[in-house]
Amino acid sequence: MGILEVKDVGKRFGGLQALGDVNLSVKENSVHAIIGPNGAGKSTLLNCLVGKLIPDTGSVMFDGQSVLGRSPHEINQMGISRVFQTPEIFGDLSVMENMMIPCFAKRDGSFRMRAIENTMREKDVVEKAEAMLVDMNMADKRHMNAASMSRGDKRRLEIGMCLAQEPRLLLLDEPTAGMARADTNNTIDLLKQISDERDITIAIIEHDMHVVFSLAERITVLAQGTPLVEDNPENIKGHPKVREAYLGETAA
Amino acid sequence: MLGLNNKDTKLLIAVAVLTLLAPFILNPFPADSAMAQFNAGYPDLMQRFVIFGIFAIGFNILFGLTGYLSFGHAAFLGIGSYAAVWIFKLFTYNVVPAIALAVIMAGLFSVIIGYVSLRRSGIYFSILTLAFAQMSFALAYSVLSNPKFNLTNGETGLQVYADDIQMFHREGLPDLPHLFGLSMRSTYNLDIGAWSFSFNAGYYLCAIVLMLVFYLSIRIFRSPFGLMLRAIKSNQTRMSYTGLNPRPHTLAAFVISGMYAGLAGGLMAAMDPLAGAERMQWTASGEVVLMTILGGTGTLIGPVLGAGFIKYFENIFSKINDSILHEWFAFLPDGLENFMVFIVHPFVGKGWHLTLGILFMLVVIFLPGGLVEGGQRIAKWIKNRGKAEDSGATTEPAE
Amino acid sequence: MDGLILQILNGLDKGSAYALIALGLTLIFGTLGVVNFAHGALFMIGAFCAVTISKILNISYEVVDPNQTDFLGNPLKVKTPYVESWFGPEMGASIIDWSVPLAILLTIPVMMLIGLIMERGLIKHFYSREHADQILVTFGLAIVLQEIIKYYFGANPIQTPPPEALQGVANIGAAFGMDLPYPIWRIVYFCFSLGIIGAVFAFLQFTTFGMVVRAGMADRETVGLLGINIDRRFTIMFAIAAAVAGLAGVMYAPINPPNYHMGMDFLVLSFVVVVVGGMGSLPGAVLAGFMLGILESFASTTWATTTLPGINQIIIYLVAIIVLLTRPRGLMGRKGVMEE
Repeated sequence: MGILEVKDVGKRFGGLQALGDVNLSVKENSVHAIIGPNGAGKSTLLNCLVGKLIPDTGSVMFDGQSVLGRSPHEINQMGISRVFQTPEIFGDLSVMENMMIPCFAKRDGSFRMRAIENTMREKDVVEKAEAMLVDMNMADKRHMNAASMSRGDKRRLEIGMCLAQEPRLLLLDEPTAGMARADTNNTIDLLKQISDERDITIAIIEHDMHVVFSLAERITVLAQGTPLVEDNPENIKGHPKVREAYLGETAA
Repeated sequence: MLGLNNKDTKLLIAVAVLTLLAPFILNPFPADSAMAQFNAGYPDLMQRFVIFGIFAIGFNILFGLTGYLSFGHAAFLGIGSYAAVWIFKLFTYNVVPAIALAVIMAGLFSVIIGYVSLRRSGIYFSILTLAFAQMSFALAYSVLSNPKFNLTNGETGLQVYADDIQMFHREGLPDLPHLFGLSMRSTYNLDIGAWSFSFNAGYYLCAIVLMLVFYLSIRIFRSPFGLMLRAIKSNQTRMSYTGLNPRPHTLAAFVISGMYAGLAGGLMAAMDPLAGAERMQWTASGEVVLMTILGGTGTLIGPVLGAGFIKYFENIFSKINDSILHEWFAFLPDGLENFMVFIVHPFVGKGWHLTLGILFMLVVIFLPGGLVEGGQRIAKWIKNRGKAEDSGATTEPAE
Repeated sequence: MDGLILQILNGLDKGSAYALIALGLTLIFGTLGVVNFAHGALFMIGAFCAVTISKILNISYEVVDPNQTDFLGNPLKVKTPYVESWFGPEMGASIIDWSVPLAILLTIPVMMLIGLIMERGLIKHFYSREHADQILVTFGLAIVLQEIIKYYFGANPIQTPPPEALQGVANIGAAFGMDLPYPIWRIVYFCFSLGIIGAVFAFLQFTTFGMVVRAGMADRETVGLLGINIDRRFTIMFAIAAAVAGLAGVMYAPINPPNYHMGMDFLVLSFVVVVVGGMGSLPGAVLAGFMLGILESFASTTWATTTLPGINQIIIYLVAIIVLLTRPRGLMGRKGVMEE
């Protein structure tokens, strides 16, 4: 029994069957990659996991509890954090403030009225956020405006913010899309380090095979809304169906 | 001090000094001099500065922090005024219960209106609040003032009449709003040489309230709650995916700012015991938006500056008429003098709203950060100029 | 039955005005993505075009007529409008009489010019700014336009009668054996509005220009990628929307004597109309305009106002709030338009 169990999930948009009978099981503390050509339904699947979309059929269980019908913030509080394709951070705030917000969310839940306390005197949160910034190697940028950072730094900050919530499952949506090679490699190293050092399950949607094969312990290949195969990286590499799906795409 | 850092403490002290010494600061010209028309140290004008300052501080908590642009906040001000006048009519002229009820009623209404409006964001939110405000205006202006059920007294406005109950009114208490016997209208005039200064009880009540709510707004700005509100403005998607529910946060901000508006409305009634529907019109809501933006949205001191600025110039501009203009331009040759008067005329006197509209546009176009940003830019420019001269003389090429 | 139909008819003139303003608002919002709080002011300026034309046509010169004397026995000064002396008394008098319809000729170019200046001079700089800024700057502009009109025309409403032939009341139900007395000018206004609405839809449907605009409303980026200069078309679209608002105003002048704040009054309601109809939906705007106009008319009946005093003043807002809460996209709103 995996920490995330997706059973028979289907989703239609008008006449388009975006997902059909997706079954997926993500083992605890593993790195699981979901790959597939464009339009395979990867993002739709991800949106069904985090509460942005509600599937028409099937069930999504996280740690024995259904996530269906819950709003994104509730699902997040259950222990699923999401990293977006383009980094979603609080651009108007400083890096330190960015990091403090998930720390507050972890400590105080989805809403707690603390309107009189002084933010900088919340010792536990400040310390945790600072430690997290050190971990992410960006302590020197703490007073910077988050929007003014490079894309790689934004990505790093976003991942750090997700980790600050101590999630049990970290979902990444093409975390290296549009990145330079060096930034991509840095991100791979960071994710490797995270999965080695922390009690965390990572599910990653990725296009870049280099990233997938450097990280994943298990790979699911999606094509046209259904899982084609699920196996370990070595077997996936040589799998004829996968080659067909991908070659078909590249040829076109 | 008081749980604030140094910078904020200084700001609070500055505001305290400015409000407490306002009767001096705003009357810099001798009473008989030609410049006396630029004095602003009259009790009713100073009260307006402070009351609208409170209103704008509250509005800024919603708009400045969360970015939700409400076009209906005047409704809460009006509700506050009506609630206060009803206390005067039914119970007592003491302003404490009146102001308390004003805040509570505004809070209740803002819970309802906020709950509904905040289900949408962006322009939908603005239009919903606008619809609510216009509805409240219609309710106050006509619907709730029919003979069977007269809550607002319609066009005339709600006021206290001699035959009202006033259950707790005793002999010896002033027949006007008072604070435990101290009439809000009681004024002490101090004459020093040619100067004349007025110290008005009502003004000082408002000033103390302003300091309290300004202090509260600093605390909110620096609190985790304030941080969450800024996070909502910055990125609501990240907010939800960080496990935070934006809606109770925005609702709380909406209610707090609604209560600030109710407080301002209650004070307004305490200074002058009447309440009219025109206070609730959406142009009145537009005015508080303007004050906040003109001063500097999302800054602590901006709304107070904006409110003072607008109310001061409203007062000055409205007083200027053609004969004053002719005096001003008297040094010019006749034809040119008349021409200048002709040019300036539409903008002064009754034309104040035209000036206000133009000011509004100019600020939004060129100075979205308002007076505060303007001040910062000037300060930076002066600083840089000083630096440039220094460094230009000593170290030229560093590369 | 007669009464029911009469109430529907009574709602049509206001409904037409709402529909026309809402149509313009939707066009501007759909194409330029801008929320135009100054659109009500354009409606008002249109109404004042009618006032201006009738004032201009009435410019007169005075002659002393020695044959006529006033009651004191002095020679009477006779005012003669120039128009009458140019075209002869009869022709001149009827030109003056028809000043409101004639004003249409002035309104179209004037409004298009104002629209053009507004878009090029101001709105264009706000495409990339937040909606709040767009609201604020157009709100400021609305105040400015309104105050300028107040400065030149005063604060009081100005009576602007329709042509004599179109005054009075006609029983439009006579043919069907019903008793439906209805002011003729309102019939004219309703037909005129239908004409304009039809023209706008035809323009969008059957011209290449309109096709590009519609495509741009659906997906601006893609159309931009096709190498079509949509910005210029959108500028023209803004001018057209301004003209539509102006035309709605000029013909409305006889129904409601123009005053400087009529723009604001109509703007708030038209926004409600747009929201109820569905932001970005042109048919929705028209439909909701007429619907709310008729609804308001029903709420204004004596029966309604005695049962629930003042219901006529708040009904539109109530409906808007209910619609927005139950159908957030409005009656005919499309998915993905202005959603978070």
